[in-house]
Amino acid sequence: MQLQVMNSPFNQEQVDLLNQLLPKLTAEQQLWLGGYISALHIKESAHPSGGVAVLEKPDVQTKIVSREVTILYGSQTGNGQHLAEELSKNLKAENFDVTLSAMNEFRPNALKKVEHLLMIVSTHGEGDPPDNAIPFYEYLHSRRAPELENLQFSVLSLGDSSYEFFCQTGKDFEKRLLELGAKPLVPRVDCDLDFDEPAQEWFKEVTSKLNELGESTPTVQSTSNHVAEINRTVYSRTNPFHAEVLENLNLNGRGSKKETRHLELSIEGSNLQYEPGDSIGIYPKNDPELVDALIAEMNWDAEESVTVNSQGDLRALREALISNFEITVLTKPLLQKASTLTSNPKLQKLLEEEDEETLKNYLYGRDLLDLVKDFAPWEGTANDFVAILRKIPARLYSIASSYEANPDEVHVTIGTVRYTAHERERFGVCSGECARRIKPGDTLPIYVQRNANFKLPDHPDTPIIMIGPGTGIAPFRSFLEEREEIGARGKSWLFFGDQHYTTDFLYQVEWQRWLKDGVLTRMDVAFSRDTDEKVYVQHKMLENSRDLFQWLEEGAVVYVCGDEKHMATDVHQTLVDIIETEGKMNSAEANDYLAQMQQQKRYQRDVY
Amino acid sequence: MTKKVTLPPQTGEPSDVERIKRESNYLRGTLAETMEDPITAGIPDDDNRLLKFHGSYLQDDRDLRTERQRQKLEPAYQFMIRVRAPGGVATPEQWLVMDELAHKYANGTLKLTTRQAFQMHGILKWNMKKTIQEINEALMDSLAACGDVNRNVMCNPNPYQSDIHSEVYHWSAKLSEHLSPRTKAYHEIWLDGEKVIDSKEDEETEPIYGAVYLPRKFKIGIAVPPNNDVDVFSQDIGLIAILEKDELVGFNIAVGGGMGMTHGDKETYPQLARVIGFCPTDKIIDVAEKLITIQRDYGNRSVRKKARFKYTIDARGLNWVTEELNNRLGWEIEAARDYQFTHHGDRYGWVKGSNHKWNFTLFIQNGRVLDTDQNKLMTGLREIAKIHTGEFRLSPNQNLIISNVTKEKKQEVMALLEEYRITDGAQYSALRRSSIACVALPTCGLAMAEAERYLPSLIDKIEVIIDEAGLRDQEINIRMSGCPNGCSRAPLGEIGFIGKSPGKYNMYLGASHTGDRLNKLYKENVGEEEILQLLRPLLFQYAKERKEGEHFGDFVIRAGHVKAVQSGLDFHD
Ligand code: SRM
Ligand SMILES: Cc1cc2nc3c(=O)[nH]c(=O)nc-3n(C[C@H](O)[C@H](O)[C@H](O)COP(=O)(O)OP(=O)(O)OC[C@H]3O[C@@H](n4cnc5c(N)ncnc54)[C@H](O)[C@@H]3O)c2cc1C
Ligand SMILES: Cc1cc2nc3c(=O)[nH]c(=O)nc-3n(C[C@H](O)[C@H](O)[C@H](O)COP(=O)(O)O)c2cc1C
Ligand code: SF4
Repeated sequence: MQLQVMNSPFNQEQVDLLNQLLPKLTAEQQLWLGGYISALHIKESAHPSGGVAVLEKPDVQTKIVSREVTILYGSQTGNGQHLAEELSKNLKAENFDVTLSAMNEFRPNALKKVEHLLMIVSTHGEGDPPDNAIPFYEYLHSRRAPELENLQFSVLSLGDSSYEFFCQTGKDFEKRLLELGAKPLVPRVDCDLDFDEPAQEWFKEVTSKLNELGESTPTVQSTSNHVAEINRTVYSRTNPFHAEVLENLNLNGRGSKKETRHLELSIEGSNLQYEPGDSIGIYPKNDPELVDALIAEMNWDAEESVTVNSQGDLRALREALISNFEITVLTKPLLQKASTLTSNPKLQKLLEEEDEETLKNYLYGRDLLDLVKDFAPWEGTANDFVAILRKIPARLYSIASSYEANPDEVHVTIGTVRYTAHERERFGVCSGECARRIKPGDTLPIYVQRNANFKLPDHPDTPIIMIGPGTGIAPFRSFLEEREEIGARGKSWLFFGDQHYTTDFLYQVEWQRWLKDGVLTRMDVAFSRDTDEKVYVQHKMLENSRDLFQWLEEGAVVYVCGDEKHMATDVHQTLVDIIETEGKMNSAEANDYLAQMQQQKRYQRDVY
Repeated sequence: MTKKVTLPPQTGEPSDVERIKRESNYLRGTLAETMEDPITAGIPDDDNRLLKFHGSYLQDDRDLRTERQRQKLEPAYQFMIRVRAPGGVATPEQWLVMDELAHKYANGTLKLTTRQAFQMHGILKWNMKKTIQEINEALMDSLAACGDVNRNVMCNPNPYQSDIHSEVYHWSAKLSEHLSPRTKAYHEIWLDGEKVIDSKEDEETEPIYGAVYLPRKFKIGIAVPPNNDVDVFSQDIGLIAILEKDELVGFNIAVGGGMGMTHGDKETYPQLARVIGFCPTDKIIDVAEKLITIQRDYGNRSVRKKARFKYTIDARGLNWVTEELNNRLGWEIEAARDYQFTHHGDRYGWVKGSNHKWNFTLFIQNGRVLDTDQNKLMTGLREIAKIHTGEFRLSPNQNLIISNVTKEKKQEVMALLEEYRITDGAQYSALRRSSIACVALPTCGLAMAEAERYLPSLIDKIEVIIDEAGLRDQEINIRMSGCPNGCSRAPLGEIGFIGKSPGKYNMYLGASHTGDRLNKLYKENVGEEEILQLLRPLLFQYAKERKEGEHFGDFVIRAGHVKAVQSGLDFHD
């Protein structure tokens, strides 16, 4: 039996580690290990110790330290959760007594008893908390929030400095906890998209701080090193798998204003596993033409080697600009750093501008090439320059296939981002690469990004309502493949929409087949540009409000995927309206009803 | 009201289409529902069969088939609507509506068909109802434009004898009207007419057709000698107007024509209608109805490709039909009168009718009305329709006549023709002006090869030879069909091409110039290069050796290149 999160008590890391290790063991080694572990359990009460740590070097007698630590995470797309799990593992290895929980699964009033709180939280929307942090966030900011004098805490916030409210949620939490009387353990760290290094730093900080407090002599190095060692052989975000592209086609028919690529990637032999609702991260490469233009503009030497990370690894400039650094997004921090490299006063002036708008307007739709053109002459070496650049972040894509249905593949649905800004046609880095350069046979560096907040109901009989216009359709293809594979009998209802029926009905023939075979019970579509007045999914929901509410009453789980800015909010409001009218409630009750559903994981969103 | 006669038992199982018709409750089927299904732009086969009776076909853009399949999209489903214009006559108002609908719902073009009707292609399911309703508001319809019923009745649009024309036209309209299905299904489904439960009594609901309608499509055309432009002998019932002292006295009745066949099936063949007699003008409705009931009762309902009237007749003989007809009429048709055809093409340019109004016949390549970068034909005709006080007449050769133009208006019309460079095609060779091509690809589901999109470029190359041979002004009918169904009446082309596979055609020669003799297979499965190599010596020889007034179709027979086909029965040998 292949170990999985589903069929074992282990979390993903542990499963990955064990799956790495177990197959390599001889029969006799396995026997020994089995005996050893059960023997260990007898001493357990006296010697609580993390399985992993023990597995590494069974002969080491680890120190007994018992200090309570609570790790709470608020995570939308899984980065934060991932880090929280890693931190938890490390601390357990340090013999800490760790409570790890997503914020929405943590009983808020249990907070009073917590002494050490580590908080990892990202920011979404326009500086909003991720969905699974909202209830806890609201609780803390409400009057009901308790006094927290004897709480020590630290916050690791995840964010993206290209957004106006950078790491806002992390900042909010810290501010509020201080107001409630809690004491900082170590200073808050705000991570940008390239969060690995700062996060590891913060891990070290809190670990040693906690150890100080717990006056224990830890074996930090050995442990983390060892874990790191094993990690290297496990494909993950920090060590992506190079997946071969099997298929790459445009799903939009001729004459469409859109381009949506369907990619099929091979994960054979990667040991990667995923569930419907998970995403994959793809590490894209920048457009070589853009890079060359940049190098030419700065008349740099393409072959000159530059440092690409804090370990001081070197790489040829052109390679580095293509593969390592982000050159398509301008952020305020970047401009601030850049201003030290140019003697051109215009940049300083722009940064000192009274009203933020001027800067924002400049940043929007411009890239590094615009920057270097606009604020020449530049000083300093290519090395100085790349030093101020962010690492190129991976792009997430909802998985559009089911592991059960085809374990050796993972499919994604990628909308090509293409626009003209400031007299230059521009492409999204990742979607542009997939649309214009990636051919079958090429490989893409990918990893699986779990998303516990977007999962099929445990019971296959539970009815599901899926709302996914545009590329939001992707995970529902995976849902239905899965449901077909496992022969789920629950009703299912899909809402899809796009611009034009004839050209933009993504995966049309597959839905038709699933409808025929009864895997999909019902489907409603809205095509916005075929009719004079625009029709969107929410209109289709309204048209069917009675049935829809009926389904909710029958316990249906509602999934929303796709565009965050407009679609998700409109759909949300529409759900409230439907519940209000059909359920004969006032809006407050209707909102509660939906909040309830959210609590029960019956209203799940994967929006971007 | 016709009594049912007792029939010899039909041999063989009724075809699937017979079941569909029987179960359809007078052409309703589940159309009302399937036209609403939002998950596919198509409809199920059974309903598509019925839709034909409503004058529309489900098609798909065949150019996109394979690529869309790869893209996980269903075929680019779209509907073709055929709008009946009895006798091919449309008012300027109706023309403007067709033009508007073509742009609003269809692919921006109009196809003038070989049976004097309009076709619009590329209509999406969701626009079908609106389209048909707007057609209906213009006092036109598509009911029975296709299907196993009598079709658009063709009528010679002859501009010379305008008074005769109006009389003949009057009868063709009456025939169309009288032979239309009576079912309310059309109104229910498309025009939101209130639902009526059609009585199961065939006599009440469909007095002529009955619940399962005809075994196959049925076609009637009226020719006015000397012009056989309607190809009167290609019709199931061909009516030849008999004029005595410039008075219409009645019609010769020809029966059992049809162009369709199936490659490799010698049991199927094109056939010409044969004259069985004459009837006075006012009896024509009765005669047509009775002939139709004969086909209704005796036609083959088991094998569709053998179900046309021509096979019913050829199996039993002309005498049998004549007797059967006389019995059903209760009186005897008279002996056929004399008539003389001289051609079956169109007469281009301005001519003055006997009513002193003017008529302009213009050349429209393969009947496709559209705007191109070079040529704004569609816009020009729209502008003309706005000021025109007469009618538009669709010719059986896919051309258009701007008819009954008053002296006063003539200048205006000429000015617009000038402005939009719309001509009678004088700048083209007579060969091109005598060409017909069916629709074929990309919309026709049965096409095996290109026709409408290809023939013009083939003619470009033949014209080179024509010019060298000095035959530029020699009328030679050239017709291309994308498959053996012969929608361009290719078996009556002096040069005929029938598609076999992409780029490959069977080449036929030797039809008469007047439409009274079929052509014969000259070379099988030839591509462009070979076609040109074969035509060159033939055309040069014709130019050199033809007799005074001898037509190409007759020459190739005299010169021994092909045998003359006496009857469709020896078409294949
Ligand atoms: C539009 C038109 C050709 C044109 O370019 O003008 C046409 C187009 C088609 N014909 Fe035709 N036929 C057209 C005149 C003819 C003629 C000529 C005539 O009637 O004078 C014939 C030969 C005479 C005859 O009926 O024998 C003709 C014999 C057929 C047949 C063969 C019938 C048979 O007896 O085998 C079919 C196939 C069938 O009926 O199964 C057919 C079927 C079709 C269909 C509807 C294909 C189909 O069944 O799916 C074609 C639609 C193509 C498209 O995309 O528009 N069409 N078709 C003509 C419309 C006439 C009208 O307004 O009603
Ligand atoms: C959990 C999750 C799941 C996702 N799933 C999918 C999925 O299934 N399918 C999918 O296609 N995407 C998905 N996305 C979005 C995806 O991750 C990428 O953000 C998207 O593909 C764009 O990446 P890119 O590198 O192509 O474009 P980038 O290089 O990142 O450029 C995108 C940026 O370009 C700028 N921009 C765009 N249009 C304009 C304009 N007109 N003018 C000026 N600037 C403009 C905007 O700043 C935009 O943020 C998902 C995102 C998340 C978080
Ligand atoms: C739709 C969307 C909106 C976002 N909005 C913000 C924002 O307003 N401010 C910010 O700092 N980061 C923002 N981010 C960036 C995320 O915080 C960042 O990707 C983080 O790594 C996500 O961590 P998680 O996977 O734990 O949710 C946004 C990301 C997405 C997908
Ligand atoms: S002849 Fe064949 S290809 Fe041409 S329109 Fe008729 S059915 Fe289609």
